[in-house]
Amino acid sequence: MSEIVPPEVRPKPAVPAKPSHVAPPASVPHMPPHGPGAGSQGSGGGSTLLGYVGIDTIIEQMRKKTMKTGFDFNIMVVGQSGLGKSTLVNTLFKSQVSRRSSGWSRDDKIPKTVEIKSVSHVIEEGGVKMKLTVIDTPGFGDQINNENCWEPISKYINEQYEKFLKEEVNIARKKRIPDTRVHCCLYFISPTGHSLRQLDVEFMKHLGRAVNIIPVIAKADTLTPEEKTEFKQRVRKELEVCGIEFYPQKEFDEDMEDKSDNDKIREAMPFAVVGSDKEYQVNGKRVLGRKTAWGIVEVENPNHCEFSLLRDFLIRSHLQDLKEVTHNIHYETYRAKRLNDNGGLHPISSSSDTQESNL
Amino acid sequence: MLIKLSSNFYFTGGHSRYEAFRKGLQRNLEGYVGFANLPNQVYRKSVKRGFEFTLMVVGESGLGKSTLINSLFLTDLYSKDYPGPSQRIKKTVQVEQSKVLIKEGGVQLTLTIVDTPGFGDAVDNSNCWQPVINYIDSKCEDFLNAESRVNRRQMPDNRVHCCLYFIAPSGHGLKPLDIEFMKRLHDKVNVIPLIAKADTLTPEECQLFKKQIMKEIQEHKIKIYEFPDTEEDEDSKLIRKIKERMPLAVVGSNVVVEVNGRKVRGRQYPWGVAEVENGEHCDFTVLRNMLIRTHMQDLKDVTNNVHYENYRSKKLAAVTCNGVDTSKSKGQLTKSPLAQMEEERREHVMKMKKMETEMEQVFEMKVKEKKQKLKDSEAELERRHEQMKRNLEAQYKELEEKRRQFEEEKANWEAQQRILEQQKLDASK
Repeated sequence: MSEIVPPEVRPKPAVPAKPSHVAPPASVPHMPPHGPGAGSQGSGGGSTLLGYVGIDTIIEQMRKKTMKTGFDFNIMVVGQSGLGKSTLVNTLFKSQVSRRSSGWSRDDKIPKTVEIKSVSHVIEEGGVKMKLTVIDTPGFGDQINNENCWEPISKYINEQYEKFLKEEVNIARKKRIPDTRVHCCLYFISPTGHSLRQLDVEFMKHLGRAVNIIPVIAKADTLTPEEKTEFKQRVRKELEVCGIEFYPQKEFDEDMEDKSDNDKIREAMPFAVVGSDKEYQVNGKRVLGRKTAWGIVEVENPNHCEFSLLRDFLIRSHLQDLKEVTHNIHYETYRAKRLNDNGGLHPISSSSDTQESNL
Repeated sequence: MLIKLSSNFYFTGGHSRYEAFRKGLQRNLEGYVGFANLPNQVYRKSVKRGFEFTLMVVGESGLGKSTLINSLFLTDLYSKDYPGPSQRIKKTVQVEQSKVLIKEGGVQLTLTIVDTPGFGDAVDNSNCWQPVINYIDSKCEDFLNAESRVNRRQMPDNRVHCCLYFIAPSGHGLKPLDIEFMKRLHDKVNVIPLIAKADTLTPEECQLFKKQIMKEIQEHKIKIYEFPDTEEDEDSKLIRKIKERMPLAVVGSNVVVEVNGRKVRGRQYPWGVAEVENGEHCDFTVLRNMLIRTHMQDLKDVTNNVHYENYRSKKLAAVTCNGVDTSKSKGQLTKSPLAQMEEERREHVMKMKKMETEMEQVFEMKVKEKKQKLKDSEAELERRHEQMKRNLEAQYKELEEKRRQFEEEKANWEAQQRILEQQKLDASK
């Protein structure tokens, strides 16, 4: 949903499938504090209901609305070429949504500067329509000199915030502002087995405050289980030492339940994933996997890799949260800075020349 | 015997034999001469001398270079006690070498591994190949200087014979850094590109990747190490097989796991075991055979004949063109042999003098030490002597005391005896 909701009311939609290890978020909406304490949650001054009123059907109403309007999700993938970004995105959304599949060939020359290419698709499941935009960054980290290769990306993210801000500040606003802000950035870490590369640390430092970064260990079938745990520990420690906060950020945990859920996830991050869009037969079932001479790596097998964890986390439990953190926190930070810098922004009646400002 | 042979040739040779000589074809011997034993002589001499081989590994950190070296030579060059450069974080590119002497079947090999930690790891990797080039050139220069000396009895060969370049298994193609590096080094050293961590790629991906790399290598006119063609059938088949598989996709491991009851070296995954020495899984055995078992000598020959000669001619051309040595090296190429001999003699004399002074110093020091020790022991002895003297005196005094007492007693006793006798006399009267 791209409507602007006031920060107090944070409805969480009911999840269709209950993931096994991530506790489902509370499905009861938090009512505004000044409203009547509803149901059995008697929060200060609550009067118990004498009969069934039907307030809880608000969820159903919201669901219907959402299904009609659909919602959009923008995901950015960043990493060196050859780390399996496009394959992973295809595997995540179980369709050919990446740039590769939309016509770019495999042996394209590596671009000289970092380019930003975005591809949009509308995918539908169970009556719910989602406009998924995948933003790819070819050329990142591939040159000999990679100084400031994160700058085009930073500029793009800020441009999207700027666009949204402009629309918001308009006198005659559109009913539904198209949301092109980057909700989530998947950063692909190369599975060296040793530690983070300098480029990784630099990128995450510069962009951690502007967008939700989810670090992911790419091509995890390179690492044996012991190497994997060691590498993960080292990466986590390094991120801690450098003060890099990846999503889910500790500072935004609202209550104990959130905190414990997110703690569990943070312990398991970064997820070591393997992507594949080919199916093979294993024990009578068709599974997505990679066939090597010594065995088949099953993508959705939790013993082989953590792809299913990532998918459940990203799509099945925290999709809406990602959008909300982007809107409530990252966008607000940008907006505050912009308004402070310019001493107030004048509302613009129609499209005018854009002013770029860097965060 | 030889003369007889030649006379045979000249006088009894018919037209066919003359033709055969002209064409340089093999002659049949009429008895056993014995020079078939030459290879054995060479072999014995070489074995006594021992062999040297310098191998350089270049690649980004985390590509498994140290593991591969350990697997190739079946030793732990980089072990827990001496962790390899990969375990240490580097800010700039370093060039480190480790020497190890390995023996097998009476043949000893001085193996030098040159590692380049920090290569390609920084954010800005421009000129990260410069330290590598400098190292290779400096080794060639050392050899050139050693070769130009008048007295060149020992010429240690430290030139880099082979450079293994590790390509990250992205599956797409070469990175700009790979291309730059190989372009700059292909005429200085034998470059053998390898695909590292090949267990990331499925067989199809591997094939595509190899084709793509070879295409790019040809496009950029990079001259990687070419295997020499031989006439014998068996070898050429082998070489063709290797050529088809270039660049070699390798997996390294020194961990032994069990597969179907056999113990093999490999990497254990939840979905299977990638065996290092299985030809279906990776090209490690091909690399090892090629590098060690069949082509080690050829690598050294190519380094000597091609790369070193290139360096030498470039260096000498620079010198003769300008008439003066432009590079600030300790090159002694501009002097005549006599002058050089003089200089060498002077050097030698100076060295001797230095050694002499050093030895004198050492001698002095030792003499001082000894003197000190002797003084110490002398003092010790004196002390003991004093002590013993005192002991003796004390004993003497004691004895004197006792003697006096004894005398006293004796005197008393005699006095008493006399009294008694006197009394007895008195009594008897």
